[in-house]
Amino acid sequence: MSAATVDGPETLPASCHDCGMVVYVAADPHAYAHCPRCDSRVHRRKTDSIHRTWALVITAAMLYVPANVFPVMTVTTLGQSQSDTILSGAIYLLHHGMWPLAAIVFTASVVVPLLKLVSLMGLLISVQRRSNWRPRDRTQIYRIVEIVGRWSMVDIYVVTILVALVHLGNLASIKAELGAVFFGGVVVVTMFAAETFDPRLIWDNAETPHDR
Amino acid sequence: MSDATLILCHDCDQMNRIGEVPLGGSARCSRCGGLLFRRIRNSIDRTLAFTLAGMVLFLVANLLPFLAFKMQGQVTDTTLATGVRSLYEQGRPLVATLVLITTIVAPFVQLVSLILILTPMKLGFAFPGQVALFRTLHKVETWSMMEVFMLGILVSLVKLLGMAEIVPGIALWSFVLLIPVLAAANASLDHHLVWDRLGRNS
Repeated sequence: MSAATVDGPETLPASCHDCGMVVYVAADPHAYAHCPRCDSRVHRRKTDSIHRTWALVITAAMLYVPANVFPVMTVTTLGQSQSDTILSGAIYLLHHGMWPLAAIVFTASVVVPLLKLVSLMGLLISVQRRSNWRPRDRTQIYRIVEIVGRWSMVDIYVVTILVALVHLGNLASIKAELGAVFFGGVVVVTMFAAETFDPRLIWDNAETPHDR
Repeated sequence: MSDATLILCHDCDQMNRIGEVPLGGSARCSRCGGLLFRRIRNSIDRTLAFTLAGMVLFLVANLLPFLAFKMQGQVTDTTLATGVRSLYEQGRPLVATLVLITTIVAPFVQLVSLILILTPMKLGFAFPGQVALFRTLHKVETWSMMEVFMLGILVSLVKLLGMAEIVPGIALWSFVLLIPVLAAANASLDHHLVWDRLGRNS
């Protein structure tokens, strides 16, 4: 048997978020059932998905500003200090002839967070306006947002490794700065935002799919 | 087992009726094209093998010297966890926690839970916590970012090129091996099959 049924007039099938089992849940939007296989709560749609995702997206957008304005680290060599922001870190690589690496870092730390925020806002607005524009492509955008977000962590890791390796006092030392805290915040909050958004909302308004 | 399985698409809620899927094949949603599940040959054996290898590499990567930094006669030795401690000491506990979770805790939980789920399955017994453990694995997966950390190492090494001499330790090499091994373990895990087996035990 692949489906568990609960007797009652108004139940609809829902997919268990954890194990994928088909569980029948009452049609009321706040109703939930317990999955008979893995015991997690099954909702037909993620609870308050639109409001929660908006809250997280707006938080991330606010964190994005100090994350890029404040330096993420300060490098001290022979008594001279130089601070790097996310952007100047990528430009540094470019000036040293490492353009493929500069391109990767620039994409991961500048382009990806921005694209994630813009995509999630676009998806939220499209769902709120009950758009039925290309649901399949919008779902694909959501999947990409879910996958690429983690790569933004690369800058945090660079700071971590440099801080671990270089601490020889005035001769050479590297210190993590406030920008790293905000930037880490952007990555974490956007990852939660992607997880909170429910892609099934895209399809709720798409009665007639344009493409198959 | 019945020959047709009902599966709701995780992404678009379309009900899909899936017949027999051959080993090595996959089932996709008829409406949005999303992957419903993949059937993998010898999934449990392969995943277990990669996971056990991954555990050995993980321990080596964490316990032995990672990178050493040589500059004007001074040498700094580091392990994977040194960065976390340095961040904490510099007054950045939040960033330190984030790095600790994504590069050490999450991958460790991932490896341990896979071993605790798949070993009994291979040997033909079960214990009550396995369902909860597999659920934990799903939640932890997103936060395990070893491959991103690898890119971070690469960028850091380039940045330090002109500044000093960097001596790679044995842990760095195990870490480099750990990335593809962990990716192979994830790619060979048939979630559908594992849930099916866990469901039959309870």
